[in-house]
Amino acid sequence: MFFRYLLVLIFLIPLNSHALIEVDISRGNLSPLPIAVSPLSLDKESKQSLQKILKKKDLGSEISIVVENNLKKTGLFNPLNKDSFLQKSDIAHLKPRFEDWALIKAQALITGKVTVVDEKLRVEFRLWDVLAAKEMLALAFTTVPSNWRRVGHIITDKIYERLTGEKGYFDTRIIYVAEEGPKTRRIKKLGIMDQDGFNTKYLTLGNELVLTPRFNPTNQMVTYLSYFRNLPRVYLLDIETGIQEVVGDFPGMTFAPRFSPDGKKIIMSFAKDGNSDIYTMDLENRIVERITNHPSIDTSPSYSPDGKYICFNSDRSGYQQIYIMKSDGSNVKRISFGKGLYGTPVWSPRGDLIAFTKLHKGKFYIGVMRTNGKGERLLTENFYQEAPSWSPNGRVLIFYRETKTDEKGEGFSAKLWSIDLTGYNERLVETETDASDPSWSSLLSN
Amino acid sequence: MNLNKIFKNALLVALACLALSACAKKVGTGQMQGDVYTGTDTVEYLASGVPDRVFFATNESVLTTKSRETLRKQAAWLRKNSKINIVIEGHADERGTREYNLALGERRANAAKDYLMTYGISADRISVISYGKERPVDSGSNPLSWSKNRRSVTVKAN
Repeated sequence: MFFRYLLVLIFLIPLNSHALIEVDISRGNLSPLPIAVSPLSLDKESKQSLQKILKKKDLGSEISIVVENNLKKTGLFNPLNKDSFLQKSDIAHLKPRFEDWALIKAQALITGKVTVVDEKLRVEFRLWDVLAAKEMLALAFTTVPSNWRRVGHIITDKIYERLTGEKGYFDTRIIYVAEEGPKTRRIKKLGIMDQDGFNTKYLTLGNELVLTPRFNPTNQMVTYLSYFRNLPRVYLLDIETGIQEVVGDFPGMTFAPRFSPDGKKIIMSFAKDGNSDIYTMDLENRIVERITNHPSIDTSPSYSPDGKYICFNSDRSGYQQIYIMKSDGSNVKRISFGKGLYGTPVWSPRGDLIAFTKLHKGKFYIGVMRTNGKGERLLTENFYQEAPSWSPNGRVLIFYRETKTDEKGEGFSAKLWSIDLTGYNERLVETETDASDPSWSSLLSN
Repeated sequence: MNLNKIFKNALLVALACLALSACAKKVGTGQMQGDVYTGTDTVEYLASGVPDRVFFATNESVLTTKSRETLRKQAAWLRKNSKINIVIEGHADERGTREYNLALGERRANAAKDYLMTYGISADRISVISYGKERPVDSGSNPLSWSKNRRSVTVKAN
């Protein structure tokens, strides 16, 4: 029920095809683009009906705050203080006085209007290039009023795409493990939330240990590890219905699950007699296939976006390293050769990079390398961090970090963090509880 | 969990120093040989003189001399109590990635299981479960705490 929304999208005015402002996202951005996000204007009647439906005083302003926070967290934009805005929001939306916006150093301006028509929320917005005095983008959405935060995220996606030339990652969700309690007796539940930390829901009760949830490509299913009845097995959960089932009939622990890019298979490890190998199970015909057959530990498999290759973690060289192979298990090749140990490889949605966790000299790093193992780049170093997951556009990684405890063994915490592929813009991702094992959904709309 | 062999040797020296200084400062009663825990802090007993757990070196599932001695005691106790079945829980410390540690815990539990089997305990009586790094006994973030957490624990199943 999270993902099915009535969402109508209309292009208001034909676009001007040649690019005006451009934001380069391939570098750490030292001078974020100054942008003015004007509160969306709201007429009296709409205001009253929204107050009735949502108990919100000024939804226009609240949607603009969603957009503003999203833009700010990218590190690419610098949303300007609304107190400095000279022009009223309803007039600005019709025809901005560009001199006024240039005066406060805005290079881009976002304006909009919220109305309620037949109990439906209609939101339109425009993106303006202040210096060129031109409109860059104009769109309108109609949806149910309870969907208002998503409208803010979709607006951000459209603006991000128009200004950077790449798809956004704002209308997305994160599934993760919510943690509570002392370090020696942690209680773990599956949590799901919007990318910006709002609308958190819990999908399990915490009665059994759960780990490593991952979305399927349509974001309706989750595969994860559960210790239900003390039998660690890979499960499949339908988010909408809440129905869950064990994946396959394995006589031992299954773990480290992920979906294939077409969503038809689950790839995972199966451990027996001290040996872990990689298997797949086809969700339609239930056929199980063995992909690796080696006396070492083979785990953390992740498909390339075209489904033709798999990267995985193995200690067949004596220590944890990253390998790639064809999806049938042939042509196994080691790709990590740097100093230290490598784990949790995960293929970028763009296909060109593999993100990983590295342990070297007692420190943990999140890094990326090309799929041939060349060009290793470490993005962040810490006492403990692991398990990167890519934003759907491949520009940002989310992962979790645990703190060192004090001499009494106290002060433990686990939190989600994100960092740009550039290695800049490291940020705490707010969660209601402690959190680990994040997995980023694909874009919910389009 | 997962330390590079090259710097492991250097670490062993560092750990030995730490173990010594730990004693000097009276931080617990635990001790280590190499980086394998040899103390009795967390150990419980299945019966008098039968310790319930064995400890491992970082990233290893090889049984030490002392571990084998403990497991022989467990085997003798299991032979005497033929109606008792057991679960062997395999654990790892927090210094590794979650998924690899699940596999490593399973490997450790099976190392203990295999040894019990060579001393005549039927596989039917033994089940194994890996908790990876999910159930530490010691919440400290230091080499001594980690050494207590790298363990396999034999638990009565009935």
